[in-house]
Amino acid sequence: MTVDATILGAGIAGLATAFELTSRVASVQIIDPAGPPGPHGCSWWAGGMLAPHCEGEVTEEVIVRLGRGAAAWWARAGVPLSYRGSLVVTLARDRRELDRFARRTTAHRLVNAEEIAALEPDLAGRHDRALFFETEAHLSPRVALATLCEALLAKGVTIQPEARHLGRVIDCRGLHARDSLPDLRGVRGEMAVLRCPEVTLSRPVRLLHPRHPLYIVPRGDGVFMLGATQLEGDNRGPVTLRSTVELLNAAFALHPAFGEAEVIELGADARPAFPDNIPRITLTPERMHINGLFRHGFLMSPAMAVMAADYLLAGTTPELIA
Amino acid sequence: MVAFYGTDLCSRLMLGTSQYPSPKALEAAFVRSGAGVATVSLRREAAGDGTGQGFWQLIRDLGVPVLPNTAGCHSVKEAVTTAHMAREMFGTDWIKLEVVGHADTLQPDPFGLVEAAGILCADGFKVFPYTTEDGILAGRLLEAGCEVLMPWGAPIGTGLGLNNIYGLRTLRAQFPDVPMVIDAGLGVPSQAAQAMEMGFDAVLLNTAVAKAGDPAKMAEAFARALEAGRLAYEADPMEPRDMAHPSTPVLGLAVLS
Repeated sequence: MTVDATILGAGIAGLATAFELTSRVASVQIIDPAGPPGPHGCSWWAGGMLAPHCEGEVTEEVIVRLGRGAAAWWARAGVPLSYRGSLVVTLARDRRELDRFARRTTAHRLVNAEEIAALEPDLAGRHDRALFFETEAHLSPRVALATLCEALLAKGVTIQPEARHLGRVIDCRGLHARDSLPDLRGVRGEMAVLRCPEVTLSRPVRLLHPRHPLYIVPRGDGVFMLGATQLEGDNRGPVTLRSTVELLNAAFALHPAFGEAEVIELGADARPAFPDNIPRITLTPERMHINGLFRHGFLMSPAMAVMAADYLLAGTTPELIA
Repeated sequence: MVAFYGTDLCSRLMLGTSQYPSPKALEAAFVRSGAGVATVSLRREAAGDGTGQGFWQLIRDLGVPVLPNTAGCHSVKEAVTTAHMAREMFGTDWIKLEVVGHADTLQPDPFGLVEAAGILCADGFKVFPYTTEDGILAGRLLEAGCEVLMPWGAPIGTGLGLNNIYGLRTLRAQFPDVPMVIDAGLGVPSQAAQAMEMGFDAVLLNTAVAKAGDPAKMAEAFARALEAGRLAYEADPMEPRDMAHPSTPVLGLAVLS
């Protein structure tokens, strides 16, 4: 079998690109010295929210627009998705934060205490108003990574620690690509996973807070992912006590029952980002780079993969190109 | 031109570097406002272990003097250690000294502040203490060796403006020759203009710009307000009065009794 493209990196950017190319009858191989996805890559620690409208608070229009197509792409890839929307709440004393968030985002509606109780019974009586982003979705990143891997293996795609580069080289190595992308930087994120059978949430909930914003994503079976801090720097070391306290405290403030939760995981990693925090394709004579997915790995990798495939197979100029 | 510790600054606007949507947005805010100083937090913005080099380089590339701060430090020891790290990392002896007294209000700890200021001044630092409008405390900070004061407008991040006009006016009058920067609590440019009209020398901002919908535009708005306020101060404003005072002579009418 001839290989049309060699993808460097088996993180979310590399796997999504491989999947998109192979679904268009191109043949690819993947090289990653660390092997298949795992705790060594930042995709492993992601939240998995497909929430383009919420992200519109601090990001540019292109992320909101292209991110809207992410859920459909993941569904096509066979990844289980929850289409339950996102709920955005504040603590009583920060209620004006909700007005600011509403002004800067779209595709939401204000819901009152009754509607909040109907959406999330466990939050009944805790907030008198919230923003509901009905069209948003979420997925479990580790399930998504495994699903993509399985699908790729079934198509004969290999993930090897090393191999001869064949065909077009597509560099999806994240921060490791700083050797050729000097304006790439690391942005550290820290997360926690809790088990708390006493609380049931059916959709991601964002708690707006001027100092410690938090999101909490239900993973099912009483498991919740809490994220995420955002610190400049590519430190990949363990979570600090300060961040742990801030994350867990915010969860406790969202619902006191989280006080009894078991902390089953604490994780940290650094995400690759360009100065504008928007991902892009960079073309060099030797390679095509797909990088800078920042905190939007699962939201933006589908659009980046489609863009890359459109360019490679049809010559279409990518919208996000250096 | 305004000077602090003998360094001339090209603008009376000091701008913080945290909480922007992206480094690019941060850079745009500096370019558009012409801010004269960039403040950076070693503890809060990035891991202070040398892994944030990409971000630090970006701050250096802004081309303005860097004023590192000790934000997030709750004790004298922490603040002093952070100041030393900052001096090494940025090659400057300027330090904006924050000693947080209360985690929720972020109110400065006046006792810890004076102690840390004494230690750092003795160690050759040029200290910019983040303080309240309290005149006694200001005196102690000057005794400790500070040559600049940074009284708050309102608690950090609140956007409430100048919370205690009387106290700030008194402080300004009490130490007329000490350069003073209104630090923290401002939300909109009119508040910065007011600080300038009162004779303060500069203003330090972060949240009001970084969390605005368009940070670069808001930064420019503040820069212009500062200019307007300073011009007004230099122009020696009229005194307010209760009785209306016609600006054109009124002829042929009975004189008001």
